[in-house]
Amino acid sequence: MIEPKQHLHPDVLTPEAKLEPIRAGFGRGLLEAGHRDKNVVALCADLTDSTKIGDFARSYPERYVEVGIAEQNLVTVAAGMALTGKIPFTSSYAAFSPGRNWEQIRTTICLNVTNVKIVGSHAGLMTGADGATHQMLEDITLMRVLPNMTVVVPADSVEAEKATLALAALNGPAYLRLARDKSPVITTDKSPFDLGRAQILRSGTDLTIVACGVLVYHALMAAEVLAAEHNLEVEVINAAVIKPLDTVTILASASKTGAVLTCEEGQIAGGLGSAVAEALAEHAPTPLQRVGVQDRFGESGTPGELLEAFGLTAPHLVKQALELIKRKS
Amino acid sequence: MTHTELSEMANTIREDIVKMLVSAGSGHSAGPLGLADIFTALYFDILKHNPKDPDWLDRDRLILSNGHCVPVRYATMARAGYLPVSELATLRKFGSRLQGHPERLRLPGLESTSGPLGSGVSQAAGMAIALRMDGGRQRVYCITGDGELDEGNIWEAVMFAAKERLTNLTVIVDRNNIQIDGITEDVMPLGDLAKKFSAFGWHVIEIDGNNIEAVINACRLAEAVEEAPTVIIAHTIPGKGVEYMEYDYHWHGIYPGQEDLPGAPPKAEQAKVALAQLRTLGGQIRSEHQ
Repeated sequence: MIEPKQHLHPDVLTPEAKLEPIRAGFGRGLLEAGHRDKNVVALCADLTDSTKIGDFARSYPERYVEVGIAEQNLVTVAAGMALTGKIPFTSSYAAFSPGRNWEQIRTTICLNVTNVKIVGSHAGLMTGADGATHQMLEDITLMRVLPNMTVVVPADSVEAEKATLALAALNGPAYLRLARDKSPVITTDKSPFDLGRAQILRSGTDLTIVACGVLVYHALMAAEVLAAEHNLEVEVINAAVIKPLDTVTILASASKTGAVLTCEEGQIAGGLGSAVAEALAEHAPTPLQRVGVQDRFGESGTPGELLEAFGLTAPHLVKQALELIKRKS
Repeated sequence: MTHTELSEMANTIREDIVKMLVSAGSGHSAGPLGLADIFTALYFDILKHNPKDPDWLDRDRLILSNGHCVPVRYATMARAGYLPVSELATLRKFGSRLQGHPERLRLPGLESTSGPLGSGVSQAAGMAIALRMDGGRQRVYCITGDGELDEGNIWEAVMFAAKERLTNLTVIVDRNNIQIDGITEDVMPLGDLAKKFSAFGWHVIEIDGNNIEAVINACRLAEAVEEAPTVIIAHTIPGKGVEYMEYDYHWHGIYPGQEDLPGAPPKAEQAKVALAQLRTLGGQIRSEHQ
């Protein structure tokens, strides 16, 4: 059953589900973070409005820095500002930042422990028609392996707003992954968000689904189908914080249900599924199936077409879940 | 300090560098020796700083973009009182605060972490813009190598600093004409750097980077430039002070005693010869060790 204390949006599982791009929540969160702390500054690489940093830029022009199409400069200028007491948020498309500037992030932000927040918008297949070059699928992996880095993949715009505020208050490097296209709003202002906790959105005993980003919605939809058509109670965990991963919650759920399905809109190697696999393998080996992009690049299409073609929608998750449950001992 | 005292300090720092590298058994010789005069000018004249309070908010900032030259910074900082001179012998050793490439969190006063080339100017620009946002009067200095200017990140930062008119930023290019694989103009020609920076909208000053007075004068002049960030193209002699190293790119990334090279003393003698030359300022003065 849906956990009442999660205060999920009442329409989320209905055809009337409210749709909003996840990046819109970041724009609101950044504006509020700027209001709360005058040290919050924003930097952009010629993608101000599409990365939703425009409202901040117009409200706080004196704290907004445009670096042009120069992503290496974007994060290193930010590192310098952080070394001088600022809390910089850098925004670009994830394919370019952190796609192009990984070493600068590694050295000047992570090893240097500077308080920079890297915001990668237009991540994943939800970028749609722009095609493979712009559909960043490797960002979670690239950021997760860096010491000192916090990695957050919000499930919807409301959670993105909360994550932005939480990261502004966190002293240290962080990566925030955002999607371009509209997706269902799952959570509400009352829903809990904690950088140290994964959230159990739905409790169950037959199977655990650990999801992040836009696939949290598809995981919830799959759980509905599994309950209605297969009499299975699925526990759905929103692992928005991929690093540090809340292994306590995930391991407890795995030990209860005996099988774990992970799903993410990113490369299968090194992402959320890998992080969960590492935790399970070391602490509680459990039948596991990872759903994600299977070692290939994206292509042009609508986000809906792409999620379907890459096997990431609810019907695919249902199929994978049923196969996985057969492997339970 | 008088000019003579500054010159002697630079020489002491060069001796420290040679001893550190020999003790470490690895590291870069040419760049640090060539930069000793610039570092002496900065730490003993130009920079507003406090060795007893490295995080003093009103201090000027110095970013070393070419992190491999950090032995000169460690030695200068030791002579300025940031750390005991005896600690220099720990360079590159396990557990040392003096990492092979500088790490900000290991040693107070380093300002940033560097090594991978090309990201210092942009960090310095970030500091400069942040200090200006707060109405601060601190200046930001950044030292880059010349080979380092091959990196695209540098030119992104050069465009950015000009756009933002960061007049509180001074970049010093160590124009020593060498990089690991050879002469800069062979590896990747930099051409007329003064014209390049000028075309990017910077105020350009060219100096003899081994002349401490020239370094000080250029930094003071940069403070007075109100139109643009300033770059000081400091022509230096790589390996300055050790005759057999001077101008020879082979000494970019090795230490005295590492290799037998044409024109150099045998390996076993290299450190001794280097120190003897430094103690006498290349034979110009008598050393108490003679």
